[in-house]
Amino acid sequence: MNVLVSPQAITNLQERQATRIVIVGDVDHGKSTLIGRLLYETGSLPDGKFESLKAMSARRGMPFEWSFLLDALQTERDQGITIDTSQIRFRTALRDFVLIDAPGHIEFLRNMITGAAQADAALLLIDAIEGVREQTRRHGYLLHLLGIRQAAVVINKMDKVGYSPERYREIADEIGAYLGALDIEPVAIVPISAREGDGITVKTPAIGWHEGPTVAEALDLFSVAPPLRDLDLRLPVQAVYKFDDRRIIAGRIESGRIAVGDEIVVQPGNKVARVKSIESWPVAREALAPSSLEAGRSVGVTLDRELFIERGQIIAPVSAPSPIVNGLRARVFWLHPTPLAAGTPVVLRSGTAEIRGHVSAIVEALDPADLQSAGVEAIGQNRIGEIDIVLARPAALDTFANNPLTGRFAIEVEGRIAGGGIAVELKPVARGNRARDAGELQSLAATLLPRLKEQTAAERLATLRQSIDGRIVFTTSFGIEDQAILHMIAKIGLDIDVVTLDTGRLFPQTYDLWAETERHFGLRIKAFYPRHDQLEALVERQGINGFYESREARQACCFVRKVEPLDRALANSEAWITGLRADQSANRGDMALISADKAHGLVKLSPLFDWSRDDVVAFIAANGIPVNALHDKGFASIGCAPCTRALRPGEPERAGRWWWEDETKKECGLHPGR
Amino acid sequence: MERLDELEAQSIFILREAFARLNKLALLWSLGKDSNVMIWLARKAFFGRVPFPAMHVDTGKKFPEMYAFRDRYAKEWGLDFIAEECPPIDAVDPSLPPAARSAARKTEGLKRALAKHGFDGVIAGIRRDEEPTRAKERVFSPRGAEGIWDVRDQPPEFWNHFNASPPPGAHLRIHPILHWTEADIWAYTRRENIPIIPLYLSQNGKRYRSLGDMDITFPVVSDATSIDEIIAELDSTKVPERSGRAMDHESEDAFERLRTAGYL
Ligand SMILES: Nc1nc2c(ncn2[C@@H]2O[C@H](COP(=O)(O)OP(=O)(O)OP(=O)(O)O)[C@@H](O)[C@H]2O)c(=O)[nH]1
Ligand code: SF4
Ligand SMILES: [Mg+2]
Repeated sequence: MNVLVSPQAITNLQERQATRIVIVGDVDHGKSTLIGRLLYETGSLPDGKFESLKAMSARRGMPFEWSFLLDALQTERDQGITIDTSQIRFRTALRDFVLIDAPGHIEFLRNMITGAAQADAALLLIDAIEGVREQTRRHGYLLHLLGIRQAAVVINKMDKVGYSPERYREIADEIGAYLGALDIEPVAIVPISAREGDGITVKTPAIGWHEGPTVAEALDLFSVAPPLRDLDLRLPVQAVYKFDDRRIIAGRIESGRIAVGDEIVVQPGNKVARVKSIESWPVAREALAPSSLEAGRSVGVTLDRELFIERGQIIAPVSAPSPIVNGLRARVFWLHPTPLAAGTPVVLRSGTAEIRGHVSAIVEALDPADLQSAGVEAIGQNRIGEIDIVLARPAALDTFANNPLTGRFAIEVEGRIAGGGIAVELKPVARGNRARDAGELQSLAATLLPRLKEQTAAERLATLRQSIDGRIVFTTSFGIEDQAILHMIAKIGLDIDVVTLDTGRLFPQTYDLWAETERHFGLRIKAFYPRHDQLEALVERQGINGFYESREARQACCFVRKVEPLDRALANSEAWITGLRADQSANRGDMALISADKAHGLVKLSPLFDWSRDDVVAFIAANGIPVNALHDKGFASIGCAPCTRALRPGEPERAGRWWWEDETKKECGLHPGR
Repeated sequence: MERLDELEAQSIFILREAFARLNKLALLWSLGKDSNVMIWLARKAFFGRVPFPAMHVDTGKKFPEMYAFRDRYAKEWGLDFIAEECPPIDAVDPSLPPAARSAARKTEGLKRALAKHGFDGVIAGIRRDEEPTRAKERVFSPRGAEGIWDVRDQPPEFWNHFNASPPPGAHLRIHPILHWTEADIWAYTRRENIPIIPLYLSQNGKRYRSLGDMDITFPVVSDATSIDEIIAELDSTKVPERSGRAMDHESEDAFERLRTAGYL
């Protein structure tokens, strides 16, 4: 192949796009071996590689191991197993390919997904002796979830079954039926021996009975998945840059196209504008500057008006926006050691958005072996299933069927990707329940702040009431701060809804105070309760006091008993009043007098923000306000009975809450840091 | 879409993700063809201005042409340029074979530079096709304390969602051109007219394919005196790119050991 090609031919070579092909299937079925052998037979190995593979195999006392080409790690070679995915470039006279090797062992499913998610097409490999295994099916199902529709099946190690056409037929029928149910139509089912070199680039006499293509020929039947230029525009905003006098909105076009003059809407928030320019660098001469760009391109645009836009929003045509939803049904794969269960808090990463929410129900956990339901308890690590998710704030999403790129998402737990899925059904937000967007909230908070700073706590409450049309909610847990605020609200007679979250685990003294408070102020406090189905599932899962076992268990309990009810208590409200004070704990140090709570879509006011505990105690005494009897016994901040203890002299106030946990991580999720 | 446009779009996306999600970023500028392409891509991503420092971790043993290039383009490209020095060779484990010891010195230099500036993300121009352990990299690759690469426990990464929360004391390596090949780099350099160090072109029948320290980098036999000719040569050669880099070849696992210890 040492011919020198003309510069023109080379330019063409350079412009060919590479088709990305992943090799999947159960552990040890020969995926890495096939890749090594394919590169060898097509003359694609670099100089010296064959000799070095030989030396590596000999050093380990093995016959020649083709898998060592991609299994580059010492542990992989020593143990004869692929741990992490790898990629290698490979070119035929006509085509360019990237071969993606994926590990077959279930423990490395996250790595298989990392590799396979980048592929245009897949080869599903099956060992002729072992046949279709559970992991073969799981990988098949994942191809479906990953949206890979081009596939071929390769039946390997035919040498071990005497190249039997009967065995081939048997496996071909079984896998064909399975993939058919998943809407995957394999372009070929190829019998090979990767080790002996049958059926890879040559149809050797041993498999002369096979009528279809070799592996190399099958690869030629695949094509690069084209960008989605024919779908509606979806441009997730990565950032807004203001390096000079331009305000450039940057992002990559997932689908459709964008042109100067287009009427677009920024979602969620539904702000409308026109595209003023498409920016690029180096600055092209006027005539050459692009006036429209298509799916796949990373772009920068400016708009004809100054909107507050931020990362996580998505730009769509005014005529065809994404639905705004507060919930969805999704098909997911789960990679985290803690099973996904009803109540699990999650962050969805869709486009550039990070959307907080929680699992409201496990619809079914799927057993890939027969695609039957495997119960509805939870989805364990490396399993798949269908779930319902409730979002904490409205988001712009598409179904996977409408847009395979904006209809999928990763699920993050504690900052690490823990799973992924596709949206099969959306729950659109009811009309009229317009969520304020983050920009509006922030500017509302910023406008009010200077005035509020100068005011007394009672004046702050009144100012907020005067500045906001809609519903304002005050959540009380009957602490001394809450009692002081309630006194102010009642005294001025402000139209503010007073609510409490009854976790079911409060102290008897708290219930007594609750009743006494209603008598004292002559009002009824609305209580929100955990959802019975979630609570039953939680107790079933972790036992009645399971929250002592781990921080995750405690957070799950707090989620079901407090965070989820809080979401309902705050629904349809514009502002939230809390009794927080700045000096209460390390974690709350960076909270503010008034701030935008993006997660709940409202502004949050803490009128006692700058009070000390002594100020509160003095106010309570001066006004004869009832307080919790437990304060006399050394309790400071009082929450659930099993999770609150009295303070020892000199301990900080919140040391009495979840005392068995690390001080810096104690928040319950009601007031997340930022 | 054309191949180079697709590569470019993906790299720009990655650079913008890194800038959006990390607090303190730096781009590692090794002065070679790959990192020059990377700087070019960053200028495209951010419309002319690279919004983070370009850092050269200097072994002091680069070719004079490389230093000249650096001094000229740091200015011309308006870079926020940082030069950091590597510790003396005596400070590095003497039991290592000579080339590996040299690489370990660079790792140490990088480690010190990261600590000094408090970067939580560094952008590095490695590519999958250079070397088999690099082929196993993530785009956002977490490094533990001491810069260790835990290759047996890499996080999942798919659909362009990256893990961008390094635990305290750790940092992220960001690899915006991981998916490019050597030929892609040259084709793009040609298309975009990106300046190159003349050492890449043939003189007296030899040229450098990869530029590292003077004492452990060797030229290959080549008549390619233009980028067009380099591209034609790459299309027919089967000599691996890093064959002129001594440190890769001292033992089977030499490079893996260097990389898990924090080398690029
Ligand atoms: N007899 C025979 N052995 C084979 C064939 N193909 C692969 N093997 C052997 O099967 C074993 C496993 O092969 P690998 O290529 O490592 O399998 P893999 O599918 O990549 O495995 P993981 O990546 O660990 O999931 C090796 O010892 C190979 O030599 C074949 O066609 N015939
Ligand atoms: S404070 Fe304790 S009992 Fe109350 S919800 Fe949280 S974990 Fe459950
Ligand atoms: Mg393998």
